[in-house]
Amino acid sequence: MDAIILQLFNGLEKGSAYALIALGLTLIFGTLGVVNFAHGALFMIGAFCAVTLSRIFQISFLTEDPTQTDFLGNPLQVETPYVEKWFGADAGAWMIDYSVPLSILLTIPVMLLVGYVMERGLIKHFYKRPHADQILVTFGLAIVLQEVVRYFYGANPIQTTSPSDYSGTVNIGAMFGMQIFYPVWRLVYFFFSAIVIGGVFAFLQFTTFGMVVRAGMADRETVGLLGIDIDKRFTLMFGIAASVAGLAGVMYAPILSPNYHMGMDFLVLSFVVVVVGGMGSLPGAVAAGFLLGILQSFASLNEVKAIIPGIDQIIIYVVAIVILLTRPRGLLGRRGVMEE
Amino acid sequence: MSIKNISRRGLLRTGAVTAGGLALPTIFTSSASAYTNEPTGSSVKLGFNVPQTGPYAEEGLDELRAFELAVEHLNGEGDGGMLSTFSSKELQGNGILGKKVEFVTGDTQTKSDVARTSAQSMIQKDGVVMVSGGSSSGVAVAVQGLCQEAGVIFMAALTHSNDTTGKDKKANGFRYFFNAYMSGAALAPVLSNAYGNERRAYHLTADYTWGWTQEESIKASTEALGWETVETVRTPVGAGDFSSYIAPVLNSGADVLILNHYGGDMVNSLTQAVQFGLRDKQVNGKNFEIIVPLYSELMAEGAGSNIQGVYGSMNWNWQLQDPGTQAFVQSFGKKYGRPPSGSAHTSYVQTLLYADAVTRAGTFNPCGVVEALEDFEFDGLGIGNTYYRGADHQCFKDVLVMKGADNPTNQYDTLEIVEVTPRSQVEYEPDHPMFAGGELGECNPGA
Repeated sequence: MDAIILQLFNGLEKGSAYALIALGLTLIFGTLGVVNFAHGALFMIGAFCAVTLSRIFQISFLTEDPTQTDFLGNPLQVETPYVEKWFGADAGAWMIDYSVPLSILLTIPVMLLVGYVMERGLIKHFYKRPHADQILVTFGLAIVLQEVVRYFYGANPIQTTSPSDYSGTVNIGAMFGMQIFYPVWRLVYFFFSAIVIGGVFAFLQFTTFGMVVRAGMADRETVGLLGIDIDKRFTLMFGIAASVAGLAGVMYAPILSPNYHMGMDFLVLSFVVVVVGGMGSLPGAVAAGFLLGILQSFASLNEVKAIIPGIDQIIIYVVAIVILLTRPRGLLGRRGVMEE
Repeated sequence: MSIKNISRRGLLRTGAVTAGGLALPTIFTSSASAYTNEPTGSSVKLGFNVPQTGPYAEEGLDELRAFELAVEHLNGEGDGGMLSTFSSKELQGNGILGKKVEFVTGDTQTKSDVARTSAQSMIQKDGVVMVSGGSSSGVAVAVQGLCQEAGVIFMAALTHSNDTTGKDKKANGFRYFFNAYMSGAALAPVLSNAYGNERRAYHLTADYTWGWTQEESIKASTEALGWETVETVRTPVGAGDFSSYIAPVLNSGADVLILNHYGGDMVNSLTQAVQFGLRDKQVNGKNFEIIVPLYSELMAEGAGSNIQGVYGSMNWNWQLQDPGTQAFVQSFGKKYGRPPSGSAHTSYVQTLLYADAVTRAGTFNPCGVVEALEDFEFDGLGIGNTYYRGADHQCFKDVLVMKGADNPTNQYDTLEIVEVTPRSQVEYEPDHPMFAGGELGECNPGA
């Protein structure tokens, strides 16, 4: 029973990341009609925003400690972060400790800018080109972005820790009189993604801007004929989708040590999530994200693998095949999207 | 000319002349060279085939730094590094057999097919006489096989699978790095002292040749102590999120988790195991422990504080105090501003050992080099007296048991040496069951 509850929570946490990435992919596809294979790279850039801020906070000045030596036998240079000098030892240490959540403040503007530049600088030139061209150019862009990150940050995973207050485990079985411990930060991630997903839906549902975007997703030409500059709004939506991917990445950094190819690992799965959820369907993307995350976790149970070896590696694709055979438009897909 | 004008005699004559013409270059080549890529000019070319992109790129870049340093020292540049501490005094800093050493590099991307293509290009286009490098046993085994077919020497760098000098061993291939069996043999007594003989172990294993042989080796050595193996679970290479594999450990009744992972996988699986509170748990009345049988400095740096107190093993570490290590660390540290990793050390040493073998043999002919390296005993290259066994081309030397440093003072001070396990404790017979199934075969000079 404990194992099942743990895998359920694992699935929810994993599904949160899938859902956030798939949500951004669907927003871009629904508004601009572009299949964005660089979306995984945006998730990766988000994670590296956390690494960057953490490194900025840890920029230090050196003082020589003659009582100790370095690996070459020279007097040891002791590093003291500038933030500790400027804001006091306690405040500086707190800033370094909380660098991941504080990175959210950096991630949103950075990702809006990255999204804007990507859309205006490259992707807008491919709107009228076939989907295959869009896939090729965005995939190429993803490779360029990850190689840029590798150049500056190296190829090794960079450990990025959660704030010490959230680094332990919590007994999630306490209310049932059980002892089931689960990492606090993974719970934080689940609630954080629920807030982001809720925020995106609320933005689209309850603001005039969101209403226009939804109208544009349904019938772009008619909205244009009404004199609304839908392209400008869609460009902003690209930035918002990039920010959602970035936020998914920044908060995921303590769970999966950021490395330059982490975006690619999530990209394929997220596309399966979008297809299973239904191309262009935002609720479908979220529902499929959680569904596939949970199924993947349960498939990793040793008891399940004893019956079907290797099922943990293929479960997502098996489910995708079954759903596409029984519901060709995906779980919540709409008629006419990606159909001739 | 119409087809009707071709006579039988004319056709035979034309065919014979054409066949002779086609064979001519081959005849000249084979008479001109006794072996593949025999150097004829004033220089000789070596091929360094390492991952420059992909998940093991950092290991590969450190290997490249060491290769570059070794070539510098062989050519008489820099401070000479380990040339002065090496027990063989053949190398004088005037290249190899008086020929200036040049090198080409290739990117394996840690993929066997890419590594083979890259090595093939080095041999055929660049004319290298020796290939070295690799950061994965899958790659090493593939490139070793290619070098055997092509008739050049392969000086393996980072490969820890038993298979490299076991069932996949080749006469043209040599491994200085230790192997999974040696890790198990070195770790077992230390684990027995630290955690006792009544433990229940759970293995998470990278699903490829290295992971399988390490799991087999560690399982055998811990079971010999009296430990019980509760479960062995294979995980895909590059899985990223290991939470689904770690959750079942919590209720398995195991009190030790053995991570047969390397590189980024090890950083992630260890970090996530710590996040799940495994190291704070008490199981069977004992503290839950994690073991990482194969360590590297670069991995330890990535895992940060999570490795504190975690046991593992290494081929070599820059903190050793012998003169060879000191000379290499000074040389490498002054040039690159950081201590060398274990993979850098192996790459450097393998290059020197090759150059020395060529010098002692007096030829670049692979069969001469094989003869010079087989059963060669030496010292001064970093970890005491070392023996290149002729029967399987595996090096035997002391093995380091390491532990994550409890109070690191800087980013390089991540591991501490717990014990230097003597060579006699990690030796085994060439026909040991874990290494059975392959034949060394005959050396191939190619050409």
